[in-house]
Parts: sequence; structure tokens; C-alpha cells
Amino acid sequence: MTSKAQKVVELEHVVVRFAGDSGDGMQLTGSLFSDAAAIAGNDFATFPDYPAEIRAPQGTVAGVSGFQIHFGHKEIHTSGDMADVLVAMNPAPLKKNLMWVKPGGTIIVDNDTFIDKQLEKAGYSNNPLEDESLRDYNVIQAPVSTLTKTSVEDLGLDNKMVLKSRNMFALGIMFFIFNRKLSSADEFFEQKFRANPLVVESNKRILRAGYNYAESIEALSSITYKVEPAKLQKGIYRNITGNIATAWGFLAAAEKSGRQLFLGSYPITPASEILQELSKHKSLGVKVLQAEDEIAGIVSTIGASFAGSFAITTTSGPGLSLKSEAIGLAVMTELPIVIVDVQRAGPSTGMPTKSEQSDLMQALYGRNGEAPCIVIAASSSANCFYYAFEASKLAMEHMTPVILLTDGYLANGSEVFKIPKMSDLVEIKPPLAEANDPEYFPYKRDPERLNRKWAVPGTEGLRHRIGGLEKEDIYGHVSHDPENHQIMSEYRYEKVQRVAKYVEPQKVYGPEEGELLVVSWGGTYGVMMEAVQELHKQGKSVSLAHFHYINPLPRNTEEIFSKFKRIIVPELNMGQFVLHLRMHFQKFNFEQYNKVQGLPFMVKELVDKFNQMLEGK
Amino acid sequence: MEKIKTEQLKPTLTKEDFISDQMVKWCPGCGDHAILSAFQKVLPQVGVKKEDVVVVSGIGCSSRFPYYVKSYGFHGIHGRAAALASGIKISNPELMVWMITGDGDSLAIGGNHFIHLLRRNLDINVMLFNNKIYGLTKGQFSPTTPTGHRTKSSPQGTIEHPFNVGELAIGAQGTFFARAVDTNPKMMAEIMLEASRHSGTSLIEIMQNCVIFNDKIHAEFTSRETRDDSQIYLEHGKPMLFGKENDKGIVLRGTRLEVVKLGQDGITIDDILVHDKYQWESGIHVLLATMEPPEYPIAVGVIRSISDFTFDGKMEAIIKEEKEKGKIKCVDDLLNSGKTWEI
Repeated sequence: MTSKAQKVVELEHVVVRFAGDSGDGMQLTGSLFSDAAAIAGNDFATFPDYPAEIRAPQGTVAGVSGFQIHFGHKEIHTSGDMADVLVAMNPAPLKKNLMWVKPGGTIIVDNDTFIDKQLEKAGYSNNPLEDESLRDYNVIQAPVSTLTKTSVEDLGLDNKMVLKSRNMFALGIMFFIFNRKLSSADEFFEQKFRANPLVVESNKRILRAGYNYAESIEALSSITYKVEPAKLQKGIYRNITGNIATAWGFLAAAEKSGRQLFLGSYPITPASEILQELSKHKSLGVKVLQAEDEIAGIVSTIGASFAGSFAITTTSGPGLSLKSEAIGLAVMTELPIVIVDVQRAGPSTGMPTKSEQSDLMQALYGRNGEAPCIVIAASSSANCFYYAFEASKLAMEHMTPVILLTDGYLANGSEVFKIPKMSDLVEIKPPLAEANDPEYFPYKRDPERLNRKWAVPGTEGLRHRIGGLEKEDIYGHVSHDPENHQIMSEYRYEKVQRVAKYVEPQKVYGPEEGELLVVSWGGTYGVMMEAVQELHKQGKSVSLAHFHYINPLPRNTEEIFSKFKRIIVPELNMGQFVLHLRMHFQKFNFEQYNKVQGLPFMVKELVDKFNQMLEGK
Repeated sequence: MEKIKTEQLKPTLTKEDFISDQMVKWCPGCGDHAILSAFQKVLPQVGVKKEDVVVVSGIGCSSRFPYYVKSYGFHGIHGRAAALASGIKISNPELMVWMITGDGDSLAIGGNHFIHLLRRNLDINVMLFNNKIYGLTKGQFSPTTPTGHRTKSSPQGTIEHPFNVGELAIGAQGTFFARAVDTNPKMMAEIMLEASRHSGTSLIEIMQNCVIFNDKIHAEFTSRETRDDSQIYLEHGKPMLFGKENDKGIVLRGTRLEVVKLGQDGITIDDILVHDKYQWESGIHVLLATMEPPEYPIAVGVIRSISDFTFDGKMEAIIKEEKEKGKIKCVDDLLNSGKTWEI
């Protein structure tokens, strides 16, 4: 389609941010742009930025909805720090997102919307397109609204409806700039609007109008960009968000273990998608109870586990608080359940749509009595699948509750996921008691794992009673015997500690010894990795130990720590993992770097921090 | 169908099959002993295998119950029996789930789960022991304690309005509500058996005496001297008569119930209300459930028993249908569904 001589610049990776009003279809635009990146063979990660209010006033900064995609020829670990390109459909999205655009970056605006009323709503006293405020950026003022209307005026559609497709004009511009094929968007229109050929036609035309516009104006057509395909392994891929990956990991675990999946859950941001996703898959036999509250969510889960289902509950921070007492019940009854905490910024209601890592202490210690749980954390949207599967395996094979920590960024963000084959996943073998086993006692333990057997109601010859009162060793009768309580407390502790024998040892990225070790956990993996890779590029010696197993910690943890001069623990909290590490490894000096803004770390700030440390500061 | 099953199983199971090896630790004279005994007598008749019976409870004196019944049992945490029972029943609808709870467990700390269990109409049998006091914590008032009643935590008398269990349950869409007294084992057993056969949440409120902290709270309608005139046993299809001479009855005057005497003011048997526990409209059932001495006798027996769909029944039906018509048959199908691309 290009006729003029143009310069094609190759880029390693690019960050694009689409921003508009809630009703401007930015999530759809972003997702169609992601599809095109997938077809081009790029690696990518995305993150949606929704307003906290469902229908915040149009045109205001509060109502801005955004979608960021980071795609590249190189391996992509995060949805990106600052944007190379911002598409702003109105003044408010520009106002809100300008701080996230790289100096010198490109900003594409619909200048038809930069009129007094809209500017005022957005809180601008001057038109930013007319003053000097954008002089550090490459601003493309496109009459998006006008050209959208003109492109389909002969179709006889009503104006309001046509303007809803403004986002497709913007998408067309972006497709031109990044040399994308239009076919994936076309397919989407044909599928989505198959009942209405006129709408298909109108969207196709508007998309092309944007594409052709970009080609025709000097500012855009002189340079286009090319991002070569990433070097991904051969295989089938898909795009997946953390919440969907989590839901699917549990479905996979249920299938592997041969157990029916049960979910008891109460809706809460940002965990609700797991509940919604599992509710869809009744054809796989999953039973979902949308409970009356968080407590019923987990207690029904414990009931289902007692009855032989593989049972899970999903929540976010405040919900985890409400579930505390019941987690203790699962510890006491030694039943397998998984509790997913999709962490958000707290305390209390906090900032529900923002992300943080501040529930770690609650997950580890937030219960009455000595109530140890396995705590593990996923580190990317795609690996939520594997850590949900792992949490399930540990819960069932060790007969104990497992808390799986993810967070709002992993949950809502998406990335490229190489689809596994079920036959390649490891087996899950829960210790089911056999009917009429004369050796069965409710609290008789396996000598290696120290787990008890799972005796499911309905099985002949295994009738027994359990509950929250302390149980007599082996026989499981209620016991207030002092020595028995000591023995049982130690068993419950030791059972969890022994899990370390059954999990992967901790890995180190970079040199195995040296000046500086970065220690992180959970959802910050991507940004830590990019920062450390950046430092490697600069020729610096720095290593990364990113933890997934929090309790118990991997057995080689101390050995790793002992090989570095300095250890820094960056976290999106006031320093929770670092406290956990200080408690377990008192001989090391752990330095900390903390951020509690409801925002992720930026690669740049980490690189700066680590560089300072390497310079001896 | 049910009857045949019951008769076939009858000779094989006895009360002894359901007595656990644990020492019963309720206070001597506690109403719970009689309830336990009636329950253990009923279980062989309910028509399920002994392995399919699950007894679940929350916290409180009543909630020790599962330890004394030889079955699968789960002694939960305070207030949460309904949620535990729900998870068990949804997980495996073949199980017959009995939930044992009290006025504190289900009407205070567990009030939310209790009303939602009734609303969902899960096929679970609930026995709520109402002694109008907190026994296990030694004598504080409960949500059913009468206004003005002096207890350890209400030395000047309570300043709260008590719940009426039947009114609350019917208001929460309960499909089965019965009331029994712990002094009448035969009636308790009959009601338990009927509850076990009801499809949906069957709630039995058992007026149970706490001999230590609230002794004789139900005496007005349970003592031999006064009970005939202050208790009415409702039987489906029969006129609502009570009294020593069986000459008192219940009539509907305008929008309220009234107690009348046969032969007085021209009242005949034809004026007396006939009990219809299957009536869909709940108005009369609520009026009956809320009758209290001294104006009225307290109603015992099955007050309401209507037929409606159950959560567990619908859940099984939906899963069956989705398994048949759904395109995703296994997780491999799911993983490869929707938009994918090959590299």
C-alpha cells in the first residue's frame, strides 16, 4: 500500500498506549492491536488501565480508560514503563497520560475534540495543542472525528453510531505506522457484527481511512517502524490474562487429579474474573457457588474439600482478612484447599483497582494460633497457570491449605502464553483413603510427607469426624491433652516445611556470585528481569533471585545469599518479604527498596537504584 | 419409591449403627440428649446408606452433636455450619446432610449463611436447637431471648427484639419449617423423618431446654400442667384444635388469627382453620409460626412444606446439560479454544 519512498526503522521493542473515555472502546482497540502483534510474531504484554468508577463522567480525567501494550523482537517481561506512542482520543486522556509518555515520544490526538467544552471538562485552561506544553513531543493532530464521518457518509448510518468507531480510525493509523496487516481486524469485524453487514463494512472502511490518512500525511508517512518477530519457541500460542490463566490452572489440576473442581467465592476486585471464568466451564464439571460473603466462600470450599472435591476460593486483600478464621479451620482439619489472593493496594478498601504486594504478612501469619500455610506466588500473567496448578498439587498431595498470591497487575495484564499439552503436565496424586481400610485413622500420617489421608464421605468403612477442636494424634478424637497439642502443632509445622523437599530449588539469573543480588518475589518479576538485563547490557555484574516459594522457602536459599556482597529486596510494600528473610536468615544484611503508590516499579528507577548500589552508595 | 427403599434398609440398620464411641458430655438433664436419641433412632429409617450420612455443625452446645453420631461428621466454626453443609451438598448431592445448629450459631454470628441456605433451598436438613440463651459461653442472651429477659449480659433485661425462627425462615424463602419440643421424642422423630424426605432445606426448630442457664424457658408450653392449653400440634388436613378437652381452636378473623372455643358464640368445627402445610402462599404459615402464649398456643408440627426447585438439583442439571452440549470436553480443548497462533 505504500507508494512514497519511506524510511522503515527497526525497533527492538515499543510501548504503545491507547487512551480515551470509558465509552471510546480503548480496550477493544488495544486488543485488536495486540492480535496484530501476535500475528506478526512479536512477544508482548499488555495492561488495561480502567477508571475505578464504572461510568465516570464522560470527558473528565476520572473517566479515562487506557490500554498499554509492550511488544518486541526481544523477550517482553512487562507491559512497559513509558510509552513511545500515545493515542489520545480526547483532551482528558491526554491530560491524564502525558506523564507516561517518553520525552520525544509521539502523541496522536483527535484534534476535533479539542474544543472549549471538552477542554474545560478535562481541566485545561488553555488548548495544549496551541500552547507550548507539548513542544517536547512529536504531536500528530488528526481530524479523526471528521474523517471517520466522511469515510462512511454514503452508508446512511447515524452520526452517533459512526463516531463510536473513531477508535478504528486511530487503530488504522497505528497499523500503518507499525506496518501491520489489516486482516486480523477485518476478521474480527466479520465475526463480531456478522448479523449486520453494514456495520462490518463501516468498520472496515473507517480502519482503512485511518491507514490511508497516515500514509498521506508527511509527518507519519516519512517514517514507519518495524518490529521483527521475537525468537519464541515453536508451538501454539495465545494471549492470556493472569486471572484467566489462574482459572485454567485450576481446571488443569482438577483434570490431572481426577477430582471435581469446586469454587466458593464472593465477587471482589480484582479477583472476580476467576469466578466468572470458572462459571463458564460447567462442561468440564466445575461447580461454582457464588457465596453470600467471603466467609461462606471459603467455608463452603472447606466443606466441598471434605466431601472430596478439589476446592478453591478466590479473593483479594480485604476478603483474605475475612477468611482468616476459616483458613485456620482448613489447617486444623488438614484438608486440601487453595486460597487465591489477587492482591490490591490497601489497607481496608484501599485502592481496589491498583496493585501492591502488601498481603504477604497476612498470608503468612494472619491467623490465630500456630497455623502454618504453604504460600506461593505467581510472577507473570501467563505463569499464573502453572502456579495455580502447582498450588493445587501441593494442597492435594500434602493435604493442607495453600495460599496463592497474584496481584492486580498480573490478573488484568496479559501476555503471550505458549499453550501446554495436558499430557506434558505432571501427575497429581491425592492420598485418598480406600474403602474399608482397617488401618485408616483420621490423623494417621504418611511418614515422609506427614500428610493424613483424604477419606471422602460416601466411602464405606471410613466414617469419621473432624473439626476445629484440637485432635488427638492418629485417632482424631477431640483432645485437650497438653502434650498432644505440642505434637500436633509440630506436625502441622513440619508438614509444611517438608514441602521444600518437593519443590524446585531457587534459581539465580546472572552470575552465581558477585557484588549485588536482587531478591524479589511475585508480580515484580518482569520489571526486575528487564532491569537486570539492562544492567548486564551495561556490563555490570548483578544477579536476580526471584522467589515463587515463600513458605517454605527453597532449601538452597541460604547458600545463594551467602555468595553475594550486597542483597537488595525491592518490594511494592513497606518491606514484608525482607522481614520474612531477616527472620529466617539473620546473618545477612538485607537492604530494602520499597514503593507503595499502587503503581509498579519502573525499569528505569530500578536500574538507577542498582547502579547506585554498584557504585558503593 | 422412597418407601420401598426404606423398608429394604430397615432390617439392616439400627440405632446402634449411629452411636459413636465418644462419651456424651452435655449436662445431665439437657434437652440435647433426647434430640440425639431421637435422631439416632430416625437415621436407620431415612433410606440412605450409613456412609452417605453427613452431620455438620457450627459452634455451641448443640454443635457437639456430630461427635456423638457415628457418621461422617464435621464440627465447624461458629456460625458457619450452613456454609460448610452447602459445600458438602453441592460437592456430592448423593450425601444426606444434616446440619445441627443453635439460636446463637445460626441467628447471630451465622445469620447471613442461614438465610442464604434457605433462599437457595439446598437439600439439607437443619435442626436448630433454640434454648434462647448462649449456653457454651455460660449465659449471655441470644437473638431469640425474650425482650426484658435478664441474663449475664443483660442484667437490666434485654433491650432487643427477638427473632421468631419460623418467621425469619419463611421470610428467607424457606420451603420447610417445623417446630418440635425436646420433651416429645416421638413427635421429634416423626418430624425428623418428614424433614429427611423433603426436597429442599428442611428446617426444624427444636425448643430445647438449657437446664443450667435458662431452665424452664419453654416450660409454659412443655410442662405437663400447662402444655395442652399452650401448645397446638398442627397436622396437615386437620382442623387446628387444642386444649385439654380438645375444644379450643384457631380461626381467621379479618387479617389475624384468634383462639376460639367450640360451642361458644356459635362456633362449630366448621369455623376452625384446617391446616394446609403445602399452601404456597406463606401468610397463614407466618401467622401460625409467630403465635405465642399467653394469647395463643405455640404451634408445633410441620407448619410449612412446599415443593420448589433446589440449588443442588439445578446445579446437577446444568452440568449434565453443559457436558452434553458444551464444545469444551477437556482442558486441552479449553487451552486451544478461541484465538491462537502458531510459531
